[in-house]
Amino acid sequence: MSAVLYDVPGPRGRRRGIVGTVLGTVLVLAVLGLVLRQFERSGQFVAEYWTPFLDPGIQRLLLRGAGATLTAAATSILLAVPLGVLLAAGRLSDHAALRVPVTLFVEFFRAIPLLLLILFIFLGFGADVGRFGSLVLALALYNGSVLSEIFRAGIAAVPRGQSEAGYAVGMRKTQVMRAILVPQARRIMLPAIVSQCVVTLKDTSLGYVISYTIGGHEELLRAGQLIYNNHGNIVPTIIVIAAIYIAMNSALSAFASYLQRRSSRTGKATPADLTTALVAANRDLV
Amino acid sequence: MLFDSLPLLLEGFLSTLKLTGISAVAALVIGSLLATLRVSPLPSLRFAGAAYVNTIRNTPLLLVLAFTIFALPNIVQIRYDNFWLAVIALSVYTAAFVCEALRSGINAVPTGQAEAARSVGMTFGQTLVRVVLPQAFRTVVPPLGNILIALTKNTSIVAAFGVVEATALFDDLARDNPDVIWALFVGIALGYIVIVLAIAGVFRMVERRVVVLR
Repeated sequence: MSAVLYDVPGPRGRRRGIVGTVLGTVLVLAVLGLVLRQFERSGQFVAEYWTPFLDPGIQRLLLRGAGATLTAAATSILLAVPLGVLLAAGRLSDHAALRVPVTLFVEFFRAIPLLLLILFIFLGFGADVGRFGSLVLALALYNGSVLSEIFRAGIAAVPRGQSEAGYAVGMRKTQVMRAILVPQARRIMLPAIVSQCVVTLKDTSLGYVISYTIGGHEELLRAGQLIYNNHGNIVPTIIVIAAIYIAMNSALSAFASYLQRRSSRTGKATPADLTTALVAANRDLV
Repeated sequence: MLFDSLPLLLEGFLSTLKLTGISAVAALVIGSLLATLRVSPLPSLRFAGAAYVNTIRNTPLLLVLAFTIFALPNIVQIRYDNFWLAVIALSVYTAAFVCEALRSGINAVPTGQAEAARSVGMTFGQTLVRVVLPQAFRTVVPPLGNILIALTKNTSIVAAFGVVEATALFDDLARDNPDVIWALFVGIALGYIVIVLAIAGVFRMVERRVVVLR
């Protein structure tokens, strides 16, 4: 699309384009340079701020922090998926007595801030479930609700003729669901589910507030706090931790777009259906 | 107890709304600029836009907040209080998502529109500002509403940095009065739900007003 916004340039346009590219590159580099100069002038590039990260002990601390973060995210997702399936089934039910309370449940947990939920569970039940348990429970409740919406959107994105055909040959609702809708919906919503995993991984950082540990190991941000309390290098520490998060999430994001490419190549789901499913989940991807 | 703290809670939600409002305007401005970068003819600008979006999207908001609140004062000699540093973080973070919403909106405008604008001799800037963006804004009304709702919920994270708003108040009050924690939780949750429903309602109204049937 963006290629239509301007003509394919002729000789003069191409010259202008080269000038523009050079100017644009210079501009980007200049902004980057200004930022780096400010870092330099405020003394962030001093060697003793960065050498701690070469220390094997600190590397192990960070690695275990990343491990704790990944464990929390994985546990929450593993709990959230079955919860999401149950909630989605409830919302798709024909019986209002089941559908209405489930809808209220899902909308409640999607509308409140995750941190409020984490603090509530921690302050109210932390004595019973522990810090890690509080975080995982809150993440599972929230993500279960979000995933149920993704599942529902995925089912809704399957062309209606599919379920109609199922009913026409005399299948019952559960049969249509299991034999026709779910297998097709799974392919449509797989990228959205993986994207939600990225969000969950990001959200585990909120566990910083209740400082959970796994097997005595601090999570990533608390580990960072230990480092900069010792070395006074807060800016480098935040940059290193951001880099770790970005690396983990980029890998997951790349996996999501790989799945999306694959499903739009081999799948029969139309791109419009895919976007419907993804847009429905959009609000929770921020 | 709950009635005694009602004025306090109202103040907390006022702070939440202030954070949301200011950050939303700033994010819309920054996001529009980023979207322009991402569809520009210059590869280096496109690359810069994409790099920004991908970095922010893969970084937890808590870390962005930690950067502006703990690290930024060490880098540049500005002294803002935590409220404004939090606003910077929220705007910078939300802008990436606004940019992506706008870009997908731009991509959703039929190519014939841009082609028509180009064929009557409009430049890249004119095509974008007069023809494509006005139509793009219409298709991005629902996603922008979703982003605003997410921003409202995200303002709660500033509670981790001592900025007073609704979630920070829940933390304070619930620690001091553990016996009424349920009432506090439900009350504050309802406050957020009211805000979320209000935003959703307004955006649904706007969507009906500006929707283009294709």
